[in-house]
Amino acid sequence: MIQGVITRISGPVVQAKDIEGIKIRDLVVVGDLGLLGEVIEVKGNEVSIQVYEETDGLTVGQPVKSGGMPFLVELGPGLLGTTYDGIQRPLEVIRDQTGNFIQRGATASPLVREKKWGFNATAKKGDSVSFGDIIGWVQESPTIKHYIMVPQGVSGKIAKINSGDYTIDQPVGSLEDDTELKMSQKWPIRRPRPSKRKIPTNIPLVSGQRIFDVFFPLPKGGNAIIPGPFGSGKTVMQQSLAKWSDADVVVYVGCGERGNEMTEVLTEFPHLEDPRTGAPLMNRTVLVANTSNMPVAARETSIYTGITLAEYYRDMGYDVAMMADSTSRWAEALREISGRLEEMPGEEGYPPYLASRIAEFYERSGRVICLGGKIPGSDKSENERIGSVTVIGAVSPPGGDFSEPVTQNSLRIAGAFWGLDARLAYSRHFPAINWLTSYSLYLDTLKDWYNAELTEEFMQMRTELMEILQREDELNKIVQLVGKDSLSDPDKLLLDIARTVRDDFLRQSAFHEIEAYCPPKKSYYMMKAILLFYKNCQSRLGKIPYDQILTQPGWEKISSMRYFPNDKFEAPCQELLKEMAAGGELAAVAA
Amino acid sequence: MAAKELYAKAHRKIKDIKGPLVFLEPIADVKFGERVVIVDSNGREKGGQVLDVGEKAIVVQVFEGSDGLDRKGTSVFFTGDIVKIGLSEDMLGRVFDGSGAPRDGLGEVYPEVERPIGGSPLNPVCRQQPKEWIETGVTSIDMLFTLIKGQKLPIWGGAGLPLNAVTMQIAKQVIRQSGEELVVIFAGMGITSREYNYFYKEFQDSGALASSVLFLNLADDATIERILTPRLALTTAEYFAYDKGRDVLVILTDMLNYANALREISSAREEIPGRRGYPGYLYTDLSTIYERAGIIKGQKGSVTQVPICTMPNDDITHPVIDLTGYITEGQILLSRSLDRAGFFPPIDVLPSLSRLMNLGIGREKTREDHRQIADQLYAFYAQGKELEKLTAIIGSEGLGNVEKKIVEFTQRFEDEFLGQGDQSRTIEESLGLSWDLVKDIPRSELRRLEDKHIEKYMPKRAGAAK
Ligand SMILES: Nc1ncnc2c1ncn2[C@@H]1O[C@H](COP(=O)(O)OP(=O)(O)OP(=O)(O)O)[C@@H](O)[C@H]1O
Ligand SMILES: [Mg+2]
Repeated sequence: MIQGVITRISGPVVQAKDIEGIKIRDLVVVGDLGLLGEVIEVKGNEVSIQVYEETDGLTVGQPVKSGGMPFLVELGPGLLGTTYDGIQRPLEVIRDQTGNFIQRGATASPLVREKKWGFNATAKKGDSVSFGDIIGWVQESPTIKHYIMVPQGVSGKIAKINSGDYTIDQPVGSLEDDTELKMSQKWPIRRPRPSKRKIPTNIPLVSGQRIFDVFFPLPKGGNAIIPGPFGSGKTVMQQSLAKWSDADVVVYVGCGERGNEMTEVLTEFPHLEDPRTGAPLMNRTVLVANTSNMPVAARETSIYTGITLAEYYRDMGYDVAMMADSTSRWAEALREISGRLEEMPGEEGYPPYLASRIAEFYERSGRVICLGGKIPGSDKSENERIGSVTVIGAVSPPGGDFSEPVTQNSLRIAGAFWGLDARLAYSRHFPAINWLTSYSLYLDTLKDWYNAELTEEFMQMRTELMEILQREDELNKIVQLVGKDSLSDPDKLLLDIARTVRDDFLRQSAFHEIEAYCPPKKSYYMMKAILLFYKNCQSRLGKIPYDQILTQPGWEKISSMRYFPNDKFEAPCQELLKEMAAGGELAAVAA
Repeated sequence: MAAKELYAKAHRKIKDIKGPLVFLEPIADVKFGERVVIVDSNGREKGGQVLDVGEKAIVVQVFEGSDGLDRKGTSVFFTGDIVKIGLSEDMLGRVFDGSGAPRDGLGEVYPEVERPIGGSPLNPVCRQQPKEWIETGVTSIDMLFTLIKGQKLPIWGGAGLPLNAVTMQIAKQVIRQSGEELVVIFAGMGITSREYNYFYKEFQDSGALASSVLFLNLADDATIERILTPRLALTTAEYFAYDKGRDVLVILTDMLNYANALREISSAREEIPGRRGYPGYLYTDLSTIYERAGIIKGQKGSVTQVPICTMPNDDITHPVIDLTGYITEGQILLSRSLDRAGFFPPIDVLPSLSRLMNLGIGREKTREDHRQIADQLYAFYAQGKELEKLTAIIGSEGLGNVEKKIVEFTQRFEDEFLGQGDQSRTIEESLGLSWDLVKDIPRSELRRLEDKHIEKYMPKRAGAAK
């Protein structure tokens, strides 16, 4: 333990001196109150510390102590279903200690120490193991097997290992050199957890949101940003993804946002079913909640805590999705701390290293071949032990202006840009994602998957719909000048069909029981119906007056396809398509 | 607390004075955030708080402003304590100044408890998800952005718009509905005495005064005191909500003045300014106020906040407005053009929003069709406003039949739905009116509505049977 004294207190930043041997990023305990903090600057004999709790009441001269180690999160069974603050304190335990309001100086173990887990050994005596190898597993939740992996720095021959009920502190076995094997390990949050290598991301994270699954898909292991002004739907989209996407594990980080939004997740997730497993969604979810009124320095940390937890489950071979709402609050925390350090500011007061921090963070997403041997009991080889971390970051640009530094720096890195639009939100077109400006750079790599799973028609239809919308935009500019009447009939029709695409296909309520999730196959039928209807209308153009063009079989039903039950939509979809096809033939005959 | 008591404690002379800040020589054991009492050469006392302590200097912000302070005669006393407020049920019906001293000449209140005014963050796992709606009687609010108990829902509008009247229209209805249970906490920051008298009289007329606590910092009171005022109000609100189990409505006005006070301190500290000179931590600071709305699991009371904020230049991207919107659970905007056209309440519905609405509406709360008919009204109104712009260019001859119907809808929507005057409507009346507005629009256009609702709620169309 090394020790020094406080020399200055300025909000969340405290300065101290005379701490022999202290390093940057070391964890420190500050003052008589025992507040946790992290060294963020070393200048001669002086250090600056970002303190994870309010600093009221600290005085100059109080002690600062350090064990010379960085901030570590604890990884092991019991993470799932837990709500942590930015420095991995379980908020339920904190409640039991300090009541409804969070008081300072509370400490709590991230994992439950007393609980006994049923450990199933898969490694045997005599096996040589090293970092990343799986030695056994625990059924952490009804759907997730928590693989126990050898921590970094440990390797050797197993001398002893036994299945049985253990707490995380009891050894499940040992190596020949007497190193104990336990079910939990620690990791410094700012260091990415290693893997063998990154591999191409060519499987989509199916989200059940038509605008993503069809228009701007995101692969497992990819990253996306959702920038948008307040009230445009960032949080609702993040929550929808957390609910419905086909990830194995979800890490949801509420970074400097509202308390009630965390409550919403906590209230709803235990009652919502994972569409794939039927188990409560909470069973696959870890929450990191550092709301806006919680200390700023811990907000900065929450992002790293979250991504480290995500990487840990990735290393077991799972597909993990991490949502960060909002990365702007994280950047602002950086700015605030940098300001207190009196660093030379870059753009809009953000520190000059903002861009590199953002890049480093998103770089921790990816699809990887995990370290270590194969997954026990799996018929896949060691090099098929594949896991992924998908990162979806909300961005909250001041005034909704995307030219600001956080949006711009994130844009440079993100593979998918889902831009929210205040105008769409004002007219309650949700999700308010602007289909003209948004993009996904992953279309090419995902094409094979779509072709194989949903036929080649799927992506073709996507292209057709996109063309309709782009053409609509051009036509709208003309309409603004001369009115709709001056358009040709084919153009008028295009506008009507475009409206259907927007209203009946892109729009999707996150709150409607059925609509909240749309299987990709249902999206397929919806596209097909719209395009077939379009074709039918086109074949009648010029043969009947324009105002009768749309009144043919199917028109009113397209808008109700969204409400076809998700477990039996095939039959009604096919029936509708048949009805339309027949209508088309009739029309052809009549004409 | 009298300065006399403090004479025993450490004190210091002032080294420098800069705006609302004074700089002192360092002294042992001064706590960050500590409350100080400053006594000037005439024996007058002012309150203050330690903003920065170091080995070289101590920085103190003076709540009543540094006017009249000097280096020679002024002493700064350290209380060893943080800023607190004494609380008691006797505060009901009383008026305090912006730093918590009685302003009504009725003497001190004997406190039951003392609490630090900064509050502590409510543990997210202890929050109760709000789900009870509050009927305001204002059709646009009840139908389109329903107020929910425990919500923070601000009201914004440019200078000269009837922010106060709209606030009171809502507040009065809340008072009427909640009756005995309700406590109203009012925090005025930098408002004029005319504004104050308006609120005072309205509270009096509505019978709410006896169950209200008012904190008042007027336009000519010290600006820095405004940093304290909302925190005093919210600490009082939490006391009534969580100690006494009451439903509390907090009105904070005007948050722009609050933010300007914060800016003043920041610039005196020579911090790197953010947008329009406001400090980079404005978001965090505002959140420590707004996030104090809510409900606690297993407890009776609630804190609902209606902060009022003037929108400079009618600019929704102004930093104080913008950052408020990023924290609150929606917003109600007033529209200058509706106001000019004589509509009351002149609520600009398109950018207005209540994020908690869905939790409090629907079957067994308002009505099952509420969400969909609200979405439909929005969609038509948004489309109608676009069409109005278009008609201004190309004339209404260029419009199709359906489009003409939507323009008609838009006019009726503004005349009947928005322009309700100061009469109040029940939710049934508002829902009925909503359906009536869309009844002449063809079914194929009613894309937000499901058949089952149309069958049940659509009034018979003139002429055509369904
Ligand atoms: N997909 C959706 N379906 C239905 N309603 C939506 C959808 N997305 C957003 N909304 C509506 O918009 C409101 C605001 O959305 P949300 O809270 O997600 O905004 P935000 O972008 O996160 O704002 P902030 O930056 O202030 O947090 C929601 O409360 C809801 O009413
Ligand atoms: Mg949000």
